[in-house]
Amino acid sequence: MGVPVRRFDAVIVGGGGAGLRAALQLSESGLKTAVLSKVFPTRSHTVAAQGGISASLGNVQEDRWEWHMFDTVKGSDWLGDQDAIEFMCRKAPEAVIELEHFGMPFDRLENGKIYQRPFGGHTQHNGQTPVQRACAAADRTGHAMLHTLYQRNVRANTQFFVEWMALDLIRDADGDVVGVTALEMETGEVFILHAKAVLFATGGAGRIYAASTNAFINTGDGLGMCVRAGIPLEDMEFWQFHPTGVAGAGVLITEGVRGEGGILLNSNGERFMERYAPNLKDLAPRDFVSRSMELEVLEGRGCGPNKDHVLLKLDHLGPDIIKQRLPGIREIAIKFAGVDPIKEPIPVIPTCHYMMGGIPTNYRGEVVTPKDGNHESRVNGFFAAGECACASVHGANRLGTNSLLDLVVFGKSAGDSMVEYIKNEMPTWKDLPADAADRSLARIARLDNQKNGEEVTDVRTAMQRTVQSRAGVFRNSANLALGVTEIKEVAERAKVMQIKDKSKVFNTARVEALEMENLIEIAVATMISAEARQESRGAHAHDDFPTRNDEVWMKHTLYYGENRSLTYKPVHTKPLSVDYIPPKERTF
Amino acid sequence: MTDFDPVELKRIRWHSRRGLLELDLVLERFLAQRFDSLSPAEMSAYKALLELPDNDFLDVVNAKMDLDDPEVMQIVEILRAI
Ligand SMILES: Cc1cc2nc3c(=O)[nH]c(=O)nc-3n(C[C@H](O)[C@H](O)[C@H](O)COP(=O)(O)OP(=O)(O)OC[C@H]3O[C@@H](n4cnc5c(N)ncnc54)[C@H](O)[C@@H]3O)c2cc1C
Repeated sequence: MGVPVRRFDAVIVGGGGAGLRAALQLSESGLKTAVLSKVFPTRSHTVAAQGGISASLGNVQEDRWEWHMFDTVKGSDWLGDQDAIEFMCRKAPEAVIELEHFGMPFDRLENGKIYQRPFGGHTQHNGQTPVQRACAAADRTGHAMLHTLYQRNVRANTQFFVEWMALDLIRDADGDVVGVTALEMETGEVFILHAKAVLFATGGAGRIYAASTNAFINTGDGLGMCVRAGIPLEDMEFWQFHPTGVAGAGVLITEGVRGEGGILLNSNGERFMERYAPNLKDLAPRDFVSRSMELEVLEGRGCGPNKDHVLLKLDHLGPDIIKQRLPGIREIAIKFAGVDPIKEPIPVIPTCHYMMGGIPTNYRGEVVTPKDGNHESRVNGFFAAGECACASVHGANRLGTNSLLDLVVFGKSAGDSMVEYIKNEMPTWKDLPADAADRSLARIARLDNQKNGEEVTDVRTAMQRTVQSRAGVFRNSANLALGVTEIKEVAERAKVMQIKDKSKVFNTARVEALEMENLIEIAVATMISAEARQESRGAHAHDDFPTRNDEVWMKHTLYYGENRSLTYKPVHTKPLSVDYIPPKERTF
Repeated sequence: MTDFDPVELKRIRWHSRRGLLELDLVLERFLAQRFDSLSPAEMSAYKALLELPDNDFLDVVNAKMDLDDPEVMQIVEILRAI
């Protein structure tokens, strides 16, 4: 077949924080490394991260990595793997200081050390008192990280393939990964990138939900590629929601608004949080507020013509406080909700924010799947890091600022593992299978030839509505079962998606259709995994099974695309050096 | 828009995909409502805007920051109002 082949030691799909950090390890060790990205790397979604990156530096208050580990295990609702969590929390100070040495402009204390902010869920003495652990570069932490890592990679001669979209993973007859196929958008040509090792760092997939804080680029391509290549997805039922996204837009309204006295109202004008959380009211934890909001909507007390949101009222604070203490909020409300909060309440709904599940990896960044009785057998040549991977450090619920940390710690760890693998086990390239590009070419040919099919936007809307209404913050058996049926119907429609523009060069309609083929795989995985889990844990809140059931359900879900089946594997209860942190009730 | 070939226009559309949801939403509206009727000079100005880092671009759109070039500012005004 006439598909051109290009060869590299390592191919990295994704130029966000995780991909760039991994690439650096490879390039700096002298390996020929390619990074593919759909957009210019510094426009990856990592740029959106404002809150910061956590590390127990103890610059402001006493802190220890063991306390960080405790918070992360508790945050994960005991679904996180404790070896990976220990690895991440122990490495955190070193990882942040390394970024500082790379030139990342962190905010500083007067003594010159990195300043640390308070953040929800960060504590001293295993949950006793809040601690300042988040390191930030003003409100541009993600941006600063991307720029720092990008510059470093340029210096290390990493080769960037910008506006290249990876289409499919190439596995040989042994199941080993030997490269990817990719579409060069500029020309519309498909290439084979032949590699000794491949890393996916393709980010999250929040766009499966109708209400998402994620940019349009977050279509979970890496996960779609895995499903098509027979690699399972882990813990896909766990998605973190932020309670106050602007209804219909997704843009975040920060917690600070409720901190300053903003309150949530239902269609009767009732401050319903008083009923659910008499003490903390509107300032109860994120998942609790989200669930209460969704209950109001489900019970018919939602607002607006479709009764599908609640209202965030702040006009009682007066224009001065709104303008002084909540800068930016008024602009967001006017621009994205069409209301001026000085006069009117803002329509808000719980909004999908972060994907805890993903491609199953260990703390070395190696992709691992069950094989011959071993729960975690390495897929040779395949690695993953960042939001697309499930190490699993976030378990059932991610702690704020732990994602940026995950990117650099596991990006580096995966990079190191790849260097080792290439140097010790892969002196040369394995042969490409004869049909290496067939699947990708067939996908494109089908899109080009499809007639009387479905429009991509219609299928996307149907998917997003289904996932939002059936696998939202608040779940129950009947709704989940309906969701499974419905999403399978949408998946059938996705098989006959069509595009009008059949041109080759820079055909963005084709790109969006190919992205949609990835999103639908993730949506199906999410519905099926969620329907099966009969307990409530972290972000998976099940009305019919309202408590956590460690005896039966302290295990990771694995979803396989071929037959849409599930298997499970144990949570790692053995940390690397410290004692196991046994489960407790998660109270605040 | 005679100065811009169709491929260039598609490239500009793709470059309107950003890392921040706020920008995606504003630019999506702009692409739907205004993009097709831009003059060549306006198109060049829009292209220049797309070169900005996402955070600066959002600050400009949110009127926290202005730019020197008056032609670019004309597009900025459209984005601020849209
Ligand atoms: C609004 C918001 C605020 C946040 N704030 C914080 C915070 O303060 N602290 C924190 O820790 N976390 C935060 N998070 C979460 C965190 O930002 C993300 O989880 C993290 O940035 C993901 O990084 P990544 O490297 O995995 O992927 P991304 O940065 O999303 O990068 C993915 C890369 O993959 C590329 N790609 C994808 N598919 C393909 C393909 N098919 N072919 C080629 N390239 C491809 C993309 O072009 C991109 O370069 C926030 C998230 C949001 C939405």
